[in-house]
Amino acid sequence: MRQQTLLYKQHAGQPAPGAGIALRIDGVSKTFISHGRVVEALRTIDLGIAPGEFVCFLGPSGCGKSTLLSIIAGLEEASSGTVQANGKEVSGPGTDRVLLFQEAALFPWLDVQRNVEFGLRQIGIPAAQRADIARKFIELVHLKGFERSFTHQLSGGMRQRVAIARALAIDPAVLLMDEPFGALDALTRDRLHAELESIWAATRKTVIFVTHNVREAVALGDRVVVFSPRPGRIVREFRIDLPRPRSLENHFLVDKAAEILTVLRGSMESQEQEDENGAHT
Amino acid sequence: MARTLNVTAQNAGGWSWARTLRIVAFYVILLLIWEGLARSGIWPSYLLPGPTTVGSTLASGFASGSFIIAILVSLRRLVSGYGISLIAGVTLGLVIGRNRIIDETLGSLILGLQALPSVCWIPLALLWLGLTEQAMIFVVVMGALFSITLGVDAGVKNTPPLYLKAARNMGARGIALSTQVILPAALPSILTGLKQGWSFAWRSLMAAELLYQTLSLGTLLENGRDLNDTAQVFAVMLIIIVIGISIDGLIFSPLERRVRERWGLSR
Repeated sequence: MRQQTLLYKQHAGQPAPGAGIALRIDGVSKTFISHGRVVEALRTIDLGIAPGEFVCFLGPSGCGKSTLLSIIAGLEEASSGTVQANGKEVSGPGTDRVLLFQEAALFPWLDVQRNVEFGLRQIGIPAAQRADIARKFIELVHLKGFERSFTHQLSGGMRQRVAIARALAIDPAVLLMDEPFGALDALTRDRLHAELESIWAATRKTVIFVTHNVREAVALGDRVVVFSPRPGRIVREFRIDLPRPRSLENHFLVDKAAEILTVLRGSMESQEQEDENGAHT
Repeated sequence: MARTLNVTAQNAGGWSWARTLRIVAFYVILLLIWEGLARSGIWPSYLLPGPTTVGSTLASGFASGSFIIAILVSLRRLVSGYGISLIAGVTLGLVIGRNRIIDETLGSLILGLQALPSVCWIPLALLWLGLTEQAMIFVVVMGALFSITLGVDAGVKNTPPLYLKAARNMGARGIALSTQVILPAALPSILTGLKQGWSFAWRSLMAAELLYQTLSLGTLLENGRDLNDTAQVFAVMLIIIVIGISIDGLIFSPLERRVRERWGLSR
């Protein structure tokens, strides 16, 4: 795995471009107008992420964590505040930060090989090299033999693997994963957890992984950041020091998950209380 | 995986003896009824020639070469006019679909022009260009252009935002974004526009050629009428039907099938 990454770096001709970088989120908030109503999606988020760190954003649906991820990716603009990647302010999408979606977002008109080549084509890497690099990453996600398959011929887990290969092929420093395994069955999800963890261990990319699954967050993250719903705020952070690879049955992990779940529940209940009070006045 | 797909394809639209037999039987019966009616004497034979008469007209028309020339002339007009519409329509559709101000202005105009039956352009074509080749091509362009434009426009507007996000995230910009993501994503809708544009162009060309003097399919129809040669009218109508079916079978159906397969929509 390590070897494949190195091989790619030779192609790119840059010294280790894909190793993780630091992220700094300063006072980021987001409000937008929907159906004539002002919606506050995020309220002043401050967060620092170390190079190569694996951080999980945990929170219920609609807590703005996906919005924050889009802002970090540069696909959405923050209403206030800044995001810095490697000390430089983010002002738009960049191939140093790649976003992965729950729906994999593969292009149905391209086969697996060409989907993985897509990003490389955009940066103008010649066809032969592109094909080589893509093959390496298709192998890395265990999809050798499926190069000529089209999206609809793949299972959900395979699609996510292709999406991961497509993201890794352009060798980003940061992987932004927006509930990428949310639509998968538990068995497939476990396998992909293990694969993601080993890829991360080999490449040391910075990973932000958004989920609403507490155990998933505890199993993967160096740190779990808990978000409250509407408007999204950071409620608490948990450092997870359990050794890797982690088993979901490990009782330390289960205890930690229970602790985090309590905090998450508390924040949701206080929000409901607030909503109710708001409704009465 | 390939195996499963083949099996499904066979079960669905596949070729079978029983199916072929049914279709052949249907047309044989149809021809027999036609021949019977033609010979029954209910209508004079110059108004309702039987299939044998039409067949011999077809044979002599092809033997003399006049039908072949007519087909080539009409197809050439169609291909050049449709080609122009294709290039202009895709460009216009992209621009309208991507830019709100152009959509509100030019887009509304094109929507209006689309509502105009394409035969309505014939008088204008004759006034501006006279009975010339350009007039014929103009009519074809006006027939196809707006359907193609609106097809591309609809496809562009319905491009799932997720594809655009993913593509921008991987560094796709400007023209690459249009040609590598937006147009392919819009392909199903573009194909609908292309097909509709083709049939409108084909119809308006036939109408325009009725007024025209050089040898072409439309002129042959009109000549048949002038000379009370119903057999020739029937023969040319058959040719026009066959051309329409062939273009659909050779170009549009395979394209649509391919898109359906890639998108995973085929059964």
